Amino acid sequence: MTALLSLRALSQTYVSTPDLAERMANLAGAKYRELRVRAVNEVSFDVAEGEVVGLVGESGCGKSTLGRMVVGVETPSGGTLAWRGATLEEMTPEQRRQWELEVQMIFQDPFASLNPRMRVEQIIGEAPVVHGLIKRTERRDYVAELLGKVGLGADIMSRYPHQFSGGQRQRIGIARALALRPKLIVCDEAISALDVSIQAQVLNLFEDLRAEFGFAYLFISHDLGAVEHIADRVAIMYLGRLVEIGTADEVFENPRHPYTRALLAEAPRIDRRGQDFTPIEGEIPSPLDPPPGCAFHPRCARATQACKGAMPELRAGRDGRRTACILEHGEQP
Amino acid sequence: MIAPVLSVRNLVTEFDTRAGTVTAVDGVSLDVGPGEVLGIVGESGSGKTITGFSILGLIDKPGRIAGGEVLLNGQDLRTLPEAAMQKLRGDRIAMIFQDPMMTLNPVLRIDTQMVETIRAHRDVSPARARDMAAEALGLVGIPSPVERLRTYPHEMSGGMRQRVVIAIALMLEPDLIIADEPTTALDVTIQSQILSEMQRLLAARKTALIWITHDLTVVAGLAHRVAVMYAGRIVETGPVDDLLDRPAHPYTQGLISSIPSSVPRGERLVPIKGMTPSLISLPRGCAFAPRCPRASETCHNARPEAEDISEARSLRCFHPLEMAQ
Repeated sequence: MTALLSLRALSQTYVSTPDLAERMANLAGAKYRELRVRAVNEVSFDVAEGEVVGLVGESGCGKSTLGRMVVGVETPSGGTLAWRGATLEEMTPEQRRQWELEVQMIFQDPFASLNPRMRVEQIIGEAPVVHGLIKRTERRDYVAELLGKVGLGADIMSRYPHQFSGGQRQRIGIARALALRPKLIVCDEAISALDVSIQAQVLNLFEDLRAEFGFAYLFISHDLGAVEHIADRVAIMYLGRLVEIGTADEVFENPRHPYTRALLAEAPRIDRRGQDFTPIEGEIPSPLDPPPGCAFHPRCARATQACKGAMPELRAGRDGRRTACILEHGEQP
Repeated sequence: MIAPVLSVRNLVTEFDTRAGTVTAVDGVSLDVGPGEVLGIVGESGSGKTITGFSILGLIDKPGRIAGGEVLLNGQDLRTLPEAAMQKLRGDRIAMIFQDPMMTLNPVLRIDTQMVETIRAHRDVSPARARDMAAEALGLVGIPSPVERLRTYPHEMSGGMRQRVVIAIALMLEPDLIIADEPTTALDVTIQSQILSEMQRLLAARKTALIWITHDLTVVAGLAHRVAVMYAGRIVETGPVDDLLDRPAHPYTQGLISSIPSSVPRGERLVPIKGMTPSLISLPRGCAFAPRCPRASETCHNARPEAEDISEARSLRCFHPLEMAQ
């Protein structure tokens, strides 16, 4: 079976070239250079039909950029993205349309992602009408059905977003994504802005919808607890690169990469009392000026001289787990 | 028993709105001892932040503190004139906010801000104040503190800024620190670094800490005692282990089972149904009753009073969960 989504060495580099004033200053001896940020650096993984892949990382690691490329909001600067086996370059217009409709996104901020001037019926029902999935005359019934699926009443259809709480708005955002009958839903920190009790409601809703429609999710989050709960497979990102990927059981029970280990060891949990916090040193390096070799080595307790030399590739180690750490690859004593 | 640093009794804070008077903090009582960490946990709108502000006397119109006592080392802060309160804030009580930019002035260098604070409270020379500031930055784990003093807030990362704010809070060795979601906006590894610094510094100095947060997991790792707030009232309080392992209030139980890591993988979470009520139209009885699986007729008609259920725990509930043991 071909994977629904398949990423191969997918990269996104942002380039900032010197502007006119800076180029003139350069003539006078200033040293403005072109700035390149490799926000996403050669990321490869697949998402199968009905699979939940959790993408975890701290701010600035490129997880949101990756999500935006998957839904097609950004065009990758390198590598390939394939939907149902067809890469972006090969896609026929019909395949491209299918990809665009079948991948939908749910955003972090339920206050910024709904148009404040539209009524709920329009917010949810606009896209399926435009794309010809339903007729305009069917819109009310269609929206009512979707609202039922996300646990809201059909009577709210003529209200505006400001009349709802954060949790209700997030449900409206989910209904909007469902309206296009997607196959993959990209959730970018979709529950982070909600209160704890509401987070649990929305997580359950995600699972119910998955059971009913067989969705795949790319669940992007910094919340390890939520990812552990919902994901089948987990990918950990650090400074634009995947450092580890495996099934959720493997990664959470037996993390391999030193960064994954540190993340899991430090994440507060309800059953961890009087925790003696022993954090990893330092901060995430600037992506403008990443350290040579393994990007994690300045913070890594196990780093050796070899780690500063070459950028480790993501590949299977002795036990078959894919990590980007030369110590795990068994090349070092 | 050691006398508490802070003792709050029946604190009531009200806000006048067009729709009527809202009681944001409704009869809150709590104690914090020296070196103790009290976690105040609640969802948005539960009154946890306003409780912190009320302790500091930072309630502006249209709000007012309508009743109760706030005793710091036995002295009632509510009877103090504003000038004396001002001396006290930053010196005996410090506050740390979620957003460090609420505390830091973006157009002033770090040294200007720190020296100003020190000299407002201590009669020292500018040079001595600078030394104190550099020392405080070093204590919270900021590398090369003397150079850092000359930077502006925007030149630092979010984690560094929060460290500066913590350094300012700790600088004058206050008796009490009130921290309002100080690590919520930070990444896991940076949060962990800051929690570790706080633990170390507080234990050494016997400073009392009130940690206000929505995140029970952070409280589990850091606090000694926990107070759970709902709709302006403390519904349950007790030692962290006892309370999290054997919650008695259905709301506490609901909060715990809402946490994804509280159930084994693949099992469904048991969330609290419904949502937090608006303070403008609180139910007549227990505020949690409409969402509570155990609510009875009584709950909808009368408000439960706080009762001590054991030596260290108190509870506001007519139908508490059976506590194991």
